[in-house]
Parts: sequence; structure tokens; C-alpha cells
Amino acid sequence: MKETAALPAAASGVWVFAEQRAGIVQPISHELLARGRRLADARGAPLTSVLLGPAGDDGLREMIRRGADRVLHVADPALQDFLPEPYSAVTAHLVRERRPDIFIAGATTTGRTLMPLLAVLCHAGLTADCTQLEIDPATGELLQIRPAIGGNIMATIRTPLCRPQMATVRPRSMKPAPPDPGRAGEIERLTVPPELLRSRVRRVAFEPADDEGGGIQKAEVVVAAGRGLKKGANFDLVRRLARALNAGVGASRDAVDRGWIGYPHQVGLSGKTISPRLYFCAGISGSVQHLAGIKTAEHIIAVNLNPDAQIFKVADYGVVADLFELLPLLTEKLEARKKSARAPGTEGSG
Amino acid sequence: MDIIVPIKQVPETSKVRMDPNTGVMIREGVESIINPLDLYAIEAALQLAEGCGGRTTALSMGPAKAEAAVREAIAMGCTEGVLLSHRSFAGSDTWATSFALSLAIRKRGAFDLILCGERATDGDTGQVGPGIAAWLGLPVVTYVSRILECGPRAVVVRRMIEEGYETLEAELPCVLTVVKEAAYPRLPTLRGKQRARAATVPVWGPEDIGAPAESLGLKGSPTRVVKVESPSLARHGDVRTPKDPAELERAVDGIVDYLERLGLT
Ligand SMILES: Cc1cc2nc3c(=O)[nH]c(=O)nc-3n(C[C@H](O)[C@H](O)[C@H](O)COP(=O)(O)OP(=O)(O)OC[C@H]3O[C@@H](n4cnc5c(N)ncnc54)[C@H](O)[C@@H]3O)c2cc1C
Ligand SMILES: Nc1ncnc2c1ncn2[C@@H]1O[C@H](COP(=O)(O)O)[C@@H](O)[C@H]1O
Repeated sequence: MKETAALPAAASGVWVFAEQRAGIVQPISHELLARGRRLADARGAPLTSVLLGPAGDDGLREMIRRGADRVLHVADPALQDFLPEPYSAVTAHLVRERRPDIFIAGATTTGRTLMPLLAVLCHAGLTADCTQLEIDPATGELLQIRPAIGGNIMATIRTPLCRPQMATVRPRSMKPAPPDPGRAGEIERLTVPPELLRSRVRRVAFEPADDEGGGIQKAEVVVAAGRGLKKGANFDLVRRLARALNAGVGASRDAVDRGWIGYPHQVGLSGKTISPRLYFCAGISGSVQHLAGIKTAEHIIAVNLNPDAQIFKVADYGVVADLFELLPLLTEKLEARKKSARAPGTEGSG
Repeated sequence: MDIIVPIKQVPETSKVRMDPNTGVMIREGVESIINPLDLYAIEAALQLAEGCGGRTTALSMGPAKAEAAVREAIAMGCTEGVLLSHRSFAGSDTWATSFALSLAIRKRGAFDLILCGERATDGDTGQVGPGIAAWLGLPVVTYVSRILECGPRAVVVRRMIEEGYETLEAELPCVLTVVKEAAYPRLPTLRGKQRARAATVPVWGPEDIGAPAESLGLKGSPTRVVKVESPSLARHGDVRTPKDPAELERAVDGIVDYLERLGLT
């Protein structure tokens, strides 16, 4: 086979931007590696993970086990916390030196700040908040698919001329690949010129949020409700069912906007994207914007008074019923089962 | 304090309807408004300017009718407004938009602060604010939920991130993008509206800002939209419609069985 005079860009493959907090590699990194791996395989190119700031060896190796062929690590303490200037200067430096063909990051507060800076510094195209990324079999280009106009349409975007082709993808919109202990890869530790590390923004303090609602992205089960709940106090019904299922509590924007529950609980386009094993919702109509947040839920159970509610189009199991009748009945049944499982003579209590 | 607020005019998306057959947005009869998230930036700017004496300039790029958005910002209290409008700007992606806006900001002269909305409800990218910062070589803080202090040389702000709140100090001039929590937008007053009607809103084109044609609009945009479709709603599940309490009970048992199969009870 003749050696192809491919663009240097095409040769240096697919990059993902990994994130650490306090030295711990974040789950978004593994999700990006799962996506990146598919793209890299489709392109027949290597997959590189870029990590800035301190991280333990095991965290770096874990990224190889999860699909990276190479990890580029710049450990400088100046990169401990995300600061736009040093982060963008260092990544731009790496991009200019090694010319990746594709570069993806999480649509997190970090990724959504870093990538637009990088796009300008490197004269690259950037698509925000993609839910799907594919390689066009005809051209090898990255097809970036994202919801637009409030989730009413899906747009496919490509970047014909500029490299790298960049995109941010929603956290939790793809499951990480299980670690493969046998995978081989290389960890490359880099130092960068000190002038790249300057920042005119200084981090003065940090105050962790109470985990209220923060848990819904991690929860195996999420129980959610919307305007059908009629008033905020009725969230007690939802919380009780959530306790019985060991679930997180979610809400539609309508419920959040009415002040019934805090914004951290909002599921959907302008709230959180979640991928629970089970999403249980009551009194939610299933607007496209809401559905944008639950596309990757494995199972959906819905309760709604209106048989024509959109939510039934995506539910695996639906009941057309009054949530004020159904929720207490269901909760009692589940609580009774729990109790009998905990009865004397059986284990699992305490 | 001299503050610039880039604002975008957007269709009122909550009223947008889609043609079910073609999947195309029905634009007729859809009102244009100031991007709702930009109202928070305007309000934050007005409060800063009122607090320490200053000027606020609303800047928008868009079609001629976007002048209405600029006038509305003036009605809310902005000192003045500028509209960037010309057909060669049409089709700009966030790269080209932030480039054109940065040139307009340069042309306008010295300033202390640029306050953007978190994102526009139509494009929904949140990329233009940081993009402007990159073009102008300025520090940027995104997701600002409160402006704590604003001195002559620096601002101290609270930034909302996944894990909590950061307090950051940024040198001026800089770019901030603000989220909803930052301020509660005021309504235009009658006097404001009168002022807005009387105001002259200069309209700048590519020559005014010294923009090279190849970097503008669709031509200057690295990204291309190649396809647009309505999202498909996939699954088709089992939907029960219980008619009496006994049937409701059976439907609930169905849920319990489902949960049991998943090993969740
Ligand atoms: C740019 C943009 C972004 C958005 N982002 C989001 C987002 O992130 N998340 C989000 O959720 N929305 C979002 N929305 C709003 C979205 O369009 C809907 O307005 C919202 O999801 C509706 O919430 P809901 O389903 O609770 O209310 P409704 O649509 O009013 O539905 C209430 C449902 O409850 C049912 N009901 C009433 N009483 C009962 C009862 N007793 N028992 C059972 N069922 C009952 C009704 O039949 C109805 O179907 C966004 C909108 C825009 C324009
Ligand atoms: N055409 C525009 N004219 C003026 N400001 C804009 C324009 N587009 C975006 N912005 C600003 O950039 C922010 C983010 O927009 P976007 O990146 O399009 O989501 C908005 O909230 C505005 O402050």
C-alpha cells in the first residue's frame, strides 16, 4: 500500500480533555474516553487523553485501561484548579505542537469555558453540547450532532477546513467503558514554558455546595415530578417514594421555576443530563427540553393523567392515573416489601 | 466604570412551534426578544454603574430589527447602544460572532468590563463570551453568580461550578458571563422608554470595525450546519389505563414487578 501523504492533523488522532478535581480524575474523563475510542477506531487513529494539574499514577493508568493510547500529563501546581488563561494557553501550546485532528471536552463549566478560548487561539471550529458524535464514513470528518432552538431540532454540524475539529459533549450522555486491565498505553509527563502559566484571575476561596440534588447524576434511580404535583409541599410524596427506592429526586423546569424545589434538581436541556438505570416520573408532560435530559436513561416509568402526554412516547411502562392516588399506593407497597425483607430472621437490617 | 453588555436578539423559544411534517421551525408570528439570560447581564451592569458611577453600552450584532433589542436595553437604563448589522455578518457561528463583536468593542475604545449572558436561548452555546475574551486577550470568568466587589483595578466574583462556589478575583478590564442568580432584571420605566425612543443607535458595518471580509459571516465561520431534523421519540412501551381502583392496584403491581425485574426493590 502506498504511504498516504495524510495531513499531519489526521495523523495525530483524537484527543479528549480529561478533568481532575483535587488530583482525582473525574468520571467525565472516562465518558469522553468511551466516545473518543469509538471515534479513534473509526478513524484508525490513536486516542490521547490530556490532563492538566496534579493526579495520581493510578488515575492516569485508569485512563489507559478505559481506552486511551496515550496520556499527556502536565502536572504543574499552577494547574491545580481550572483557571481559563493557563488552561487555554497550555492546551493551545499542546495543540499547536502536536496537531490533533479531533479534540473533545465535557460540556462542564470547565470544558465550556476552556474550549471557546482554545477555538479562538487555534482558529478552530467548536460545537457546543453535542449529544452524538460520529465519523462521516465518506470524508472521515467529525459529525457533531446537537439539540438547538430549545431542543426543538437536532442539528448536524461539521468543520470542513479548520483543525482540530472541536466539540463539547454533555456529561452523562455516554457510559464509560469498563476498565480493561490488559490495555497498554503510554503516559507522557510534560513541562511547559512558565509564561504559559500566568493568570490574571486568582482563586481566593471555594465553598462546596451541599449535595442537594447534586446526587441525581450519580443515582441509579431518579424519581421526578413536575407541574402535575400542584404545589411544592407535595414533593413530600416524591421524596417518600425516593427513599423507598433509594433514589435521587428530580424535577421539571416548571416545578423548579415555581420554586417548589431547587435548581440542582432540574432535569433537562437547561438542567442536568442524567443516565440512571431507572427514571420514574409523575406529572411531567415530557417536553422535548425535558426529554433531552433523560435520553440515556435505561428504563423509564411514567405516570400522567393525560393519556396523550408526550412522556408516554418514551416510557417503557406508563400508567394513565392520578399521581395523588398512585404514588402513595406504590410507596406503601415498596415500604411493606422492605419491611418484610428486614423482618427478624432475615439479614440486611441495620 | 465603563461597561459593555453584548446582547443578542432571539426568537421567543418557548413559543416556537415546529412543523410536524417538515421538522422546520415556524418563524412566522414568533416574537423577537432580548435573550432572556442577557437581561441578568444588563441588570448586573446597571447596578455596578449606579453603584460607582459609570456608563453602560448595549452592543448587539444581528439583523436591522435587532435595533429593538438595543433600544429595550436603553429603556432598562443602559446609557447608550450600538448595533452591528450588515448582510456580510449573516450566518456567523460563535467564532465569527465573537470576532466581529471584539472588533466593535475595540473600535468603541477603552472600557473596564464586558458583561455577557451565560448563553443565548436559540444557539444555546455559551461560547461567545469566552470567545470575545480570547480575541481581546482579556481574562474571563464564566458562570458568575454574584459580583461581590468591583474596585478600580479588579473585580471579586462568585462563580457557580458543579461542586459549589468559587470566589475569584480578576484584573480589569475583563469579561464576565453571568448566570440567573447574578441579578433580578428590572422592567423598563416610562422615562426609560422615552429616552430609548429618542436615542440614536449607530449601526456599524464591516468597514466601520475594520473587519476582513473572509473572517465574517458564513464565510468566516469554521463550522457549518449540514442537516437539521426533528428529534425522534423512540421507545414504545406498555401503557396501562386503569378504570377503577382494582385496575389501578394491578397497574401499581406492574410497576413493582418491573422494579423487581431490575433488581431495584
Ligand atoms: C430553552 C428551553 C430550555 C428548557 N429546559 C428545560 C429543562 O431543562 N427541563 C425541563 O423540564 N423543562 C425545560 N424547559 C421547559 C419545557 O418546555 C416545559 O415547559 C417543561 O418541561 C414542562 O414541565 P412539566 O412537564 O412539569 O409541566 P407541564 O407541561 O405543565 O406538564 C404537567 C403534566 O402533569 C400532568 N398532571 C397534572 N395533574 C396530574 C395528576 N394529578 N396526576 C398525574 N399527572 C398529572 C399533566 O397531564 C401534564 O402532562 C425548557 C424550555 C426552553 C424554551
Ligand atoms: N449576536 C450577538 N450580539 C451580541 N451579543 C451576543 C451575540 N451572540 C451572543 N452574544 C453574547 O454572548 C452570550 C452567549 O451567547 P451564545 O454563545 O450564542 O450562547 C450572550 O448571552 C450574549 O451576551
